[in-house]
Amino acid sequence: MTGQGKYGLGVGPSLIDATPQQQRNTLALWLSRLEGPQTMGRGRGFWIGFALAVLVAVIYPMFVDGWTVGNTAYFLVWTFMAMGLGVIWGYAGSLSFGQTAFFGLAGYGYGVLTLNFGAAYGFTLLALALSVCLAALLAVVVGYFMFYGRVQGVFIGIVTLSITLVFQAFMAQTAGPEWAIGAARLNGFNGMSGMPPLTIPWSGGHVLLYADTALYYVLLGLMLVVYLGLRMLLNAPFGNVLVAIRENPERAEMLGYDVRRYQLLGFVIGGALAGLSGVLYTAWGQYITPSSMGITAAALPVIWVAFGGRKDVTATLIGTLVMIFLYQWLTIYGSQYAIVVMGTILVLTVLFAPEGIVLTLMRWIAARLKPAGGQP
Amino acid sequence: MLSTLFSFFYQFGDAFAFLVIASMGLAIIFGMMGVINLAHGEFIMCGAYTTVSFAQLGLPLPLAIVGGSLVAGLMGMLLEVTIIRHLYNRPLDSIVATWGISMIATQGVLIVLGSTMQGVGTPLGSFTVGGFSYSTYRLVLMGIAVLLLVGLYLLFYHTRAGVIARATIQLPLMARATGVDTGRVYTLTFGLGAALAGLAGGLYAPTMTLVPTMGATFMVESFVTVVIGGGDIFLGAAPAAAILAVIRSGLTAWQGQLFGQIGLLITVIIVIRVLPGGLSGWILGGRK
Repeated sequence: MTGQGKYGLGVGPSLIDATPQQQRNTLALWLSRLEGPQTMGRGRGFWIGFALAVLVAVIYPMFVDGWTVGNTAYFLVWTFMAMGLGVIWGYAGSLSFGQTAFFGLAGYGYGVLTLNFGAAYGFTLLALALSVCLAALLAVVVGYFMFYGRVQGVFIGIVTLSITLVFQAFMAQTAGPEWAIGAARLNGFNGMSGMPPLTIPWSGGHVLLYADTALYYVLLGLMLVVYLGLRMLLNAPFGNVLVAIRENPERAEMLGYDVRRYQLLGFVIGGALAGLSGVLYTAWGQYITPSSMGITAAALPVIWVAFGGRKDVTATLIGTLVMIFLYQWLTIYGSQYAIVVMGTILVLTVLFAPEGIVLTLMRWIAARLKPAGGQP
Repeated sequence: MLSTLFSFFYQFGDAFAFLVIASMGLAIIFGMMGVINLAHGEFIMCGAYTTVSFAQLGLPLPLAIVGGSLVAGLMGMLLEVTIIRHLYNRPLDSIVATWGISMIATQGVLIVLGSTMQGVGTPLGSFTVGGFSYSTYRLVLMGIAVLLLVGLYLLFYHTRAGVIARATIQLPLMARATGVDTGRVYTLTFGLGAALAGLAGGLYAPTMTLVPTMGATFMVESFVTVVIGGGDIFLGAAPAAAILAVIRSGLTAWQGQLFGQIGLLITVIIVIRVLPGGLSGWILGGRK
């Protein structure tokens, strides 16, 4: 409870909603939650910086070629899983090592659905929704057993990691022709491929979202929606209770909150977001393999979130983008050392900046800027 | 009939030995220090690689296995002093750090030693019961698993070192007040856990192919045993290994190894719902 800075206990605002009574308009209420005790960044300075960042992201495709834009879209694909892990680990305080299980399930789900039913009439969007629901459903089942069994933090990591490893082992042995769901062969270790990209029904034909500028804009929009949505949710009473549970579960329980229900909800949100990343990944590259659920794949989101700073969604987002860029750069220039570097960054972060490197930097800058009133 | 019965006991004993040997190191570090060591598999890998290297240098296999175990133990102590020590009041961070170490170790070995290593053959040959052939070495492993449990019990409950270790775990401040160097106890305990992992690697090295990712094959089984067992090694991990061995050998015989693993996973998910403190929490529950 020490050194939490402006995060505090988070209990106060959850007891009595801090918003003035006369603010009856629900929309205004939720918009006011874009800023709050659980997220960094407030005031004109922050939002001007935010608008500038969005502007740069929007005009960026005009200055580079299509392949590079498609590659940047690939970075955005992963941010959802990272933000979801941030909710589970940073805000709710229970570390899941197996987000890739939801990622893989939804990815395979999208593949099976679209390979069977095609892409006509915008079915890919329905497949996306169904696959994300599938991942959320798995999170409900697994989360129910864990949180209602009152499993402690350490065990949640092990159980989720075991799930994703067994899932990987299972998918890896589905090479034979008997492993098919409808028209979709699971293909074992080589993975599934050939599923259609996302399509949006449009007047005068579909918009096919190949790894190109159009997909980039869709993903950018989706990322902004999820980012701002999470900001509002985390500053709402729900987020305050999550943080209260992280800081002191017994106290939260004494205050009358059903700790298990809140933890489960946070876990399901994280699982669904991991599933969203899984679908987008599969649609982006039109393939998915069991190794996307393996031990290395499972470690990467943990590294991004630890590096960025799990206790703030902005720090998580920035950290993730930086780390994915770094990882890709490393795999191009020294492929076999990339994982060693990632592991080293993780160990160093845990030892020297346990709150996350980006978050530590953000707090340092915020402290510098305080007299000026703005925060980055 | 008798040969079927023998076959069943052999399968059970094999699964039991694997679960006990693979999970002891993890169970000791978790039970005594509350740290889940995600680099457990890499200590196993270290033990296996060292054992095979020693054996290829001409050392007899039993000595090579002891050597592998010692090297893994030393690596564990080194790791405790440099990294783990600083994270005792942050259990989640200590897991994450050991994961980072595990990634560095796996990939580092891959870079330095390549993707496979020449192994040593399984020693001791085989014997036949009722028309089926069984490996003698696996029978030896079963004996070693039992000996290991007995030895650890004697170590923790019938030696001065064991008393000091348990005192440090139960009341660290009081232990320190009576003159125990608790930091050293932690280092030695972590080293013991790592040495046991190395022993597992050495013992199973002759039965499997040596690849840098071999630690991962031990992960699910040893995790599951420790989660179901709970904090206590003798009242938790050992009976958990026995129960899981029945499930695993049954399912493996019926549907193959993967389904054995899936069965273990489903068991663990159900058990944590019913017995959150694991078997030892349930057994000890009446006493508290």
